[in-house]
Amino acid sequence: MNVFFASIRRDLLLALRRKSEVATSLFFFVIVVSLFPLGIGPEPVLLKKIAPGVLWVAALLATLLGLPRLFAADHQDGTLEQMALSPAPFGLLIAGKIAAHWLLCGLPLVLLAPLLGLQFALDASTLWVLMLALLLGTPLLSLIGAIGAALTLGVRGGGALLALLVLPLYIPALIFGAGAVEAQSAGLDAGGHFALLAALLALAVFFAPWATTAALKIALE
Amino acid sequence: MVAQPPVGQSRHATATPYIGHNDAMLTVSDLACARGEHRLFAGVSFSLAVGEWLHVQGENGAGKTTLLRTLVGLAPAETGTIRWRGAAVPAAEFHRELIYLGHHAAVKEELTPLENLHFAAALDGVPLTEPAALAALRRLGLRGREELPVRVLSAGQKRRVLLARLLTRPATLWVLDEAFNALDARAVELLGELIGEHLAAGGLAVLTSHQSLPLPGGRSLVL
Repeated sequence: MNVFFASIRRDLLLALRRKSEVATSLFFFVIVVSLFPLGIGPEPVLLKKIAPGVLWVAALLATLLGLPRLFAADHQDGTLEQMALSPAPFGLLIAGKIAAHWLLCGLPLVLLAPLLGLQFALDASTLWVLMLALLLGTPLLSLIGAIGAALTLGVRGGGALLALLVLPLYIPALIFGAGAVEAQSAGLDAGGHFALLAALLALAVFFAPWATTAALKIALE
Repeated sequence: MVAQPPVGQSRHATATPYIGHNDAMLTVSDLACARGEHRLFAGVSFSLAVGEWLHVQGENGAGKTTLLRTLVGLAPAETGTIRWRGAAVPAAEFHRELIYLGHHAAVKEELTPLENLHFAAALDGVPLTEPAALAALRRLGLRGREELPVRVLSAGQKRRVLLARLLTRPATLWVLDEAFNALDARAVELLGELIGEHLAAGGLAVLTSHQSLPLPGGRSLVL
């Protein structure tokens, strides 16, 4: 398990040394979400209605923005080869990289979301549900995205291909994540949506690192 | 790079079609590799025992790198078997005893040489103390540069940071691909010394290089 945390620590330190890359996707999230209230105007009823969808779609796109870089640098400088040959399980090292990606690109979205939600006239309880839904949903986005990033590694124009590959797979997360927030603002119980999100997450935690590792091994050949 | 012709391995016993003996640690038999549709080599067989090293030679594009990558398990072999201590490769045990340094620098530009060594060891799950890491970097002539970002170092110095791993990571089999690239005369001599010490301590090495190495126990394989 130590190698898992070493892998996370390494990626966090690398991100700290080149902060701009992480900041880009966060600012993208903030700006995209803020454009909607500015464009639509101060209509609380309408804003409240579109808020869950807008926040979730922006979170998907912001996650997508950081994905091509997930393995590219390590692939280019040969570090990925060294990881594949490490005595430690390759899957565990890759799981560490995915966890680091979530800490850098997913967790900040969860923390920023309530501030941005205020622009959409969401009340306190809905903001909590939004945070909780993103807390369950963003790791799912990182895990699924890692499979796509591994499959498109080394492909020319891989960024666009990655979006085409990954965005359809994000649909369940989008439906249940935005659904939870909608249910809460409509005064319904969001529990069912949470349960489904958690089930998807459990499935992805088990399956995604394995699939990512298999795809990376093909890319390394 | 030293522009020396890869032929003329008179110093070493010529390898093909088969070299080997009974107490072999690493045995490769009848290996064939292809790159896409193009067959690079076939029928490569050799074996290495403790204290021996193999000099893989061949023209550019002959498949030296592919052979090494196949040997460590990064690329699939078309046919043939690779055995380490009698067991088929790749096994977890094999990776524990293997260090492979390829064409790539495999060092992070944003980190310092010291951090690079520490993270390389941590990702391998190998313990590494600060004094051991510092000693390795100093032996490779990086004294005073331990805390500088690798970004500001020269190509040869980056290569030295990578080579420091040979000292910090215990391994029985060294697989080095063009390890002498970008190194100055002093560093070439130093790497020769390191490989010599490794072999004397019971290690094995497989390397590609366009220069001849005056080391005992050498075998040669021409692709």
